[in-house]
Amino acid sequence: MLISGWGRYPSIDAEVSQPRSLSEIKSDISGRDGFRGIARGQGRSYGDSSIANNIISTAHFSRFHDFDAKSGCLSCDAGVSISDILDVFVPKGWFPMVTPGTKYVSVGGAIASDVHGKNHHLVGTFCDHLYSFQIMVANGDVLNCSKSENRDLFIATCGGMGLTGIVLNATFYLQKIKSSFIDETTYKARNLKECFELFEVNAGADYSVAWVDCLQQGDNLGRSLFMLGKHNEQAGLRETSNSGPSIPFNFPNIALNKYSVRLFNQLYYSRVRSKMRERQVHYNPFFYPLDGIRNWNRLYGANGFVQYQFVLPKDAGLVGMTLILEKIAASGAGSFLSVLKAFGKANANLLSFPFEGYTLALDFKVNDKVLNLLNELDAIVSDYGGRVYLTKDARMSEQTFKKGYPKWEEFQKVREKYGAQGVFSSLQSKRLGLG
Amino acid sequence: MKKVLIIGATSAIAEATARLFAKRGDKLFLLARNTEKLTVIARDLKVRGAKEVFTGSFDALDMEAHAGLLDSAIAQMEGIDTVLIAHGTLPDQKNCEASAAETLSAMNINALSVISLLTHLGNVFEKQGAGSIAVISSVAGDRGRQSNYVYGAAKGTVSIFLQGLRHRLCKAGVHVLTVKPGFVDTPMTAEFPKGPLWAQPDQIASAIFKALEKKKSVIYTPGFWALIMLIVRLVPNWIFHKTKL
Ligand SMILES: Cc1cc2nc3c(=O)[nH]c(=O)nc-3n(C[C@H](O)[C@H](O)[C@H](O)COP(=O)(O)OP(=O)(O)OC[C@H]3O[C@@H](n4cnc5c(N)ncnc54)[C@H](O)[C@@H]3O)c2cc1C
Ligand SMILES: NC(=O)c1ccc[n+]([C@@H]2O[C@H](COP(=O)([O-])OP(=O)(O)OC[C@H]3O[C@@H](n4cnc5c(N)ncnc54)[C@H](OP(=O)(O)O)[C@@H]3O)[C@@H](O)[C@H]2O)c1
Repeated sequence: MLISGWGRYPSIDAEVSQPRSLSEIKSDISGRDGFRGIARGQGRSYGDSSIANNIISTAHFSRFHDFDAKSGCLSCDAGVSISDILDVFVPKGWFPMVTPGTKYVSVGGAIASDVHGKNHHLVGTFCDHLYSFQIMVANGDVLNCSKSENRDLFIATCGGMGLTGIVLNATFYLQKIKSSFIDETTYKARNLKECFELFEVNAGADYSVAWVDCLQQGDNLGRSLFMLGKHNEQAGLRETSNSGPSIPFNFPNIALNKYSVRLFNQLYYSRVRSKMRERQVHYNPFFYPLDGIRNWNRLYGANGFVQYQFVLPKDAGLVGMTLILEKIAASGAGSFLSVLKAFGKANANLLSFPFEGYTLALDFKVNDKVLNLLNELDAIVSDYGGRVYLTKDARMSEQTFKKGYPKWEEFQKVREKYGAQGVFSSLQSKRLGLG
Repeated sequence: MKKVLIIGATSAIAEATARLFAKRGDKLFLLARNTEKLTVIARDLKVRGAKEVFTGSFDALDMEAHAGLLDSAIAQMEGIDTVLIAHGTLPDQKNCEASAAETLSAMNINALSVISLLTHLGNVFEKQGAGSIAVISSVAGDRGRQSNYVYGAAKGTVSIFLQGLRHRLCKAGVHVLTVKPGFVDTPMTAEFPKGPLWAQPDQIASAIFKALEKKKSVIYTPGFWALIMLIVRLVPNWIFHKTKL
């Protein structure tokens, strides 16, 4: 079966199993010779993190175990998605502590990528609110992991891109909310400097994010809409459906070119008329603007696209980011809107992406010119002491990875200890020299 | 809040449907053979919002025990609004052709055990004069086909039994729903290669849920199967016999 990540690049012919029980997973891994593969949740990682010759899907691990309405502590299978959690818990007044920009991710995927949301500067990553999980390691044993039990495996698995084993279930905390609506404030920032200032001034805001128009140059470089959000307290716990339009087929390659993207970005920016706008929005459009368009990844045509997300340390932020935006703008490579966020402090997990600084994520249609451009961007990111996000990556070099993630050796030692080497492996891990 | 009894509650289609009942805050009674799996499902439904979840062990083939099991389930829930019967097996047609015992066993599980349950439930519902009886039959029961007629005969038996039961119970104000799914991706069909005609259990579940709310009599699900089966039923034998259906 031909399979790929969300960016539809690259793809491989893989054998996908959908086990329904622990014993079925166990026989997938150890029951037959030569299993070399990786877990897969909802396939929302963009590149090649969740693809391999053998793939174990957690689709049927979709049950909740327990919920403590006093502490907000939830236990569930690793295949449960954030969307399932929202469906069940928003009406009861609970919300994930950390959610990525799509709700169609599994709990297992959220752990393996140690995902962040628009509130990293205050609350950290998904795994910072993870109490424990159970994982099946290479020999089929099921181990409990937490910050106190099998700690080495815990910090390797959180952010470890599935390379330590199959996470089976997890226990983590939700936050209490009073309403399913978000009070959103939008500011227009004319350039990157203004945008960074807004992040600084609003460092105490619950949620913050900026949408940057990457095609602007000169004085307008980094022109953006800066958005703040916080959970509304009064509007009630209503649900709305999210079944918006769907993209039924791959767009012809010509549809997304320099001009159409420029036009889109212009319209997006001018939608907000005044320098500041306040409104109340449902959590869906605030957190998951793209989920309203199913299969939007087909917009980029049959060849697929890559997303490039990097983080730069705080002091290097403005200079490094300016350099990178200049390069992108000069290249004219059509990226849609890009997303800029501020990160708080890093955690102890060996391969987790976030550290204190600024992170930018942009999409590019795949072609040789773009792949070259990204190599140049890698060099700048590396020079400024930054790193590239593994769950978005499909093409970074082994050197770039190892420089950006200096704890990779410690990570490999843990994998060795739990027998993961040569068993759990993805297209990405091979490319990055992790085996 | 409704009081819902689900028979064969470990079936993938039944579980997906139970999630919708749980979301509504229903009181559930789950009967199934594999009690270990049942415990895990019950726990999930509780978190999803079911008011209460009872479980009980049930073997479809132990028909002597049916009436007692049903009465005790209804007593524990303190009443019943809806029952969903979902258990079943997909017998191997070739094995059935070779063995009368295989064939009869397939008929026992897929037809007779359902009739046994429905006979008792029919009387309970008739007496209370309200409620819904939903049973998962199949499109396979609409016309006998060489590749699958033992299963088809069992499902056809159930469908016709339900027609009669509906006719009888409508006077008492009882709703009877026949669910005819097409191909569904569940453990029952794990061995089959899947194509565009295949549906996921949650699609079938929401169709069942809606049909219960709207008190429909018969549903084909996904809906396009109504058209496919209309054609399958209408094709004359001289053409039908040339096919490998
Ligand atoms: C529109 C969009 C917006 C996004 N926004 C953000 C964002 O704001 N912040 C952010 O951090 N990320 C973001 N992401 C990325 C996404 O959150 C991650 O890629 C996430 O890991 C996807 O989860 P998944 O279930 O789809 O995992 P998959 O893509 O299936 O797998 C991702 C990785 O997790 C591993 N994995 C999955 N399940 C298990 C398991 N049970 N045990 C062990 N390993 C497992 C896989 O092996 C793979 O390495 C976004 C993605 C999209 C498409
Ligand atoms: N899948 C399809 O394509 C399809 C199409 C049309 C109709 N249907 C019908 O849909 C219903 C549900 O099936 P499914 O697709 O959800 O498959 P499933 O998940 O395999 O469910 C079948 C269920 O029947 C139970 N069962 C079998 N024999 C039993 C017995 N002797 N006593 C008690 N329980 C017994 C099984 O219990 P265990 O869990 O203990 O095995 C299982 O829960 C069935 O009536 C089936 O005929 C299915």
